[in-house]
Amino acid sequence: MTTRTSAMQRFLRSGTLAGLLVALPAFGQPAPDASKPVPSMQPAPTTVPGRGDIPNAEVAKRLANVAPLPFGATPDQLPTPHLKLPKGFKIEVYASGIPNARSLRIGDKGTVFAGNRLLDKVYAIVDRNGKREVKVIASGMDRPNGLVFHKGTLYIAEGTRISKLENIEDNLDNPGKPVVIYSDFFNSQSHGWKFMGLGPDNMLYVNVGSPCNVCEPPPTTGQIRRISLDGKIAEPVVRGVRNSVGFDWHPVTKELWFTDNGRDWLSEDLPEDELNRVTGNGQHFGFPYCHQGNFTDRETGWGRSCDEFEKPAALLGAHTAALGMRFYTGKMFPSQYKNAIFIARHGSWNRTKKLGGDVIVAYLNKDGGVKSWEPFLTGFLQNNAYIGRPTDVQVMKDGSLLVSDDHAGAVYRVTYGGGAKVAAR
Amino acid sequence: MRNIVAAALFLLWAAPASSANALEVRLVQCLACHGDKGQSAIPEVPSLGGQPEFYLTVQLLLFRDRLRVVDLMNQMMQGFSNDDLRKLANIIAKLPPPLSAAGATDPDRMEKAQALAEQSRCNFCHNRDYAGEQNVPRLAGQREDYLVKAMREYKHNTRRGYDASMADVLYQISDEQILDLAYFLARQR
Repeated sequence: MTTRTSAMQRFLRSGTLAGLLVALPAFGQPAPDASKPVPSMQPAPTTVPGRGDIPNAEVAKRLANVAPLPFGATPDQLPTPHLKLPKGFKIEVYASGIPNARSLRIGDKGTVFAGNRLLDKVYAIVDRNGKREVKVIASGMDRPNGLVFHKGTLYIAEGTRISKLENIEDNLDNPGKPVVIYSDFFNSQSHGWKFMGLGPDNMLYVNVGSPCNVCEPPPTTGQIRRISLDGKIAEPVVRGVRNSVGFDWHPVTKELWFTDNGRDWLSEDLPEDELNRVTGNGQHFGFPYCHQGNFTDRETGWGRSCDEFEKPAALLGAHTAALGMRFYTGKMFPSQYKNAIFIARHGSWNRTKKLGGDVIVAYLNKDGGVKSWEPFLTGFLQNNAYIGRPTDVQVMKDGSLLVSDDHAGAVYRVTYGGGAKVAAR
Repeated sequence: MRNIVAAALFLLWAAPASSANALEVRLVQCLACHGDKGQSAIPEVPSLGGQPEFYLTVQLLLFRDRLRVVDLMNQMMQGFSNDDLRKLANIIAKLPPPLSAAGATDPDRMEKAQALAEQSRCNFCHNRDYAGEQNVPRLAGQREDYLVKAMREYKHNTRRGYDASMADVLYQISDEQILDLAYFLARQR
């Protein structure tokens, strides 16, 4: 045993790895040709010679996927010191140490629930006089990203099923096993995680994402579906959706609004993510044929026209990953925010200069369309890298706004003015 | 060899996972299957040499929490704290990269597979030399049979990654193409 371990240590000290890395040849760097004059002001080509559609290695590196911190941020890694808000607003860490904290919901008794996409847990954050405790109320789940709280029951949407925990706030320490109410979902790792909301018709609305970047999605996917609370009735209500990870209902008109993530690998600047407004049943929002309401896909769009589909209410930036959204129904923020939409933009990966990684606010016109949108909470993107990634937003009863961050594994609380009780950190 | 594994197994159950000694014991146990020079000699068991530390940490976490289901690996990781996972990943990450697959290389197949790998942008995330980086594993020199297994699992949604990129990419890749990709990648250095 001992001899074996020390042999291992000897090997580790030998520096074989370092030697090998140094010896690696530099690929993709053509040797300079001394016989030709070098154009001094010419920028270096950013694509593979002869293949304008393939970025060179240096550019490609900036397009690699972004992985969140597996155990969440340590207190000194939390991004709060870098975050910026409009004048009069404050932000605090509401709770941290919640790896991959995603969708947020609030119970009648004030419990904050947070779901997971990359991990297996559902968390409950309990506030006792400003001191917050994080409890795991379900684990061993398959991407439990979608949450709804309704009449004491927490509904949880996993990759291929919806289950419920009744009377959850009275049983946080002993919640029991979730009871499955519905499981008729296409099984896919790609866009298979769910967002879930409770409609004005008291039905569970769930996105069923398209299982690819761009493809003709199987007919049971690419939609938002509504399901009765007992799981017995299910029907698609919105089609032509690539992957929506956030929706909400207008507090006055009760219309469904949803964000949708545009396809990858088309270009740096196209397509933009969409904010969509649903004005009738069965509407089709274009995927995979039409993007952002104004151009057809280069692979799947032949023979189609964008006129066949609903247009987005607003465009939210290329590859910005607009996810969780809520109408602001609180009273704490100034009146301009009343019934405006807060949208968490997770931030792009499929873009060499990253975009998003913020919470924006969209203001609506009298006719119900989008008047404008602007950044609200920024600073998560530093030097083209994320120190946090906003994932969902949730208005609290006191009108403050919670923001989840699945990269740092934290939930923040945004408050306005001196009147609000700001809990001490 | 057998004695060492037996001794390791005994110590494993005798000592709590979080002690430094137990980590070393566990390492011996890991390397008994995965190969002590970073190179696995067992079919469908991956070589761990040259894997990025971040990727290793995440995989150990996925095994511990049964998010990636391989019974033996799930059992092995029970009782590990987050710190244990980090430490173990840190040690394993120092193993040297495996040697690329031996044997005659079919240049036509290599060329076809390289074009497919670039078209699928494997080289973006896995790096231009397929050495991997951060949460993205090294593919160069990996066991060909393991690469086939892993890609099939991603394609058929039986293995979850830390994100869904592999499922996205493999959606449109056929099984024949998976065999070609594995052939090509196993022969990268």
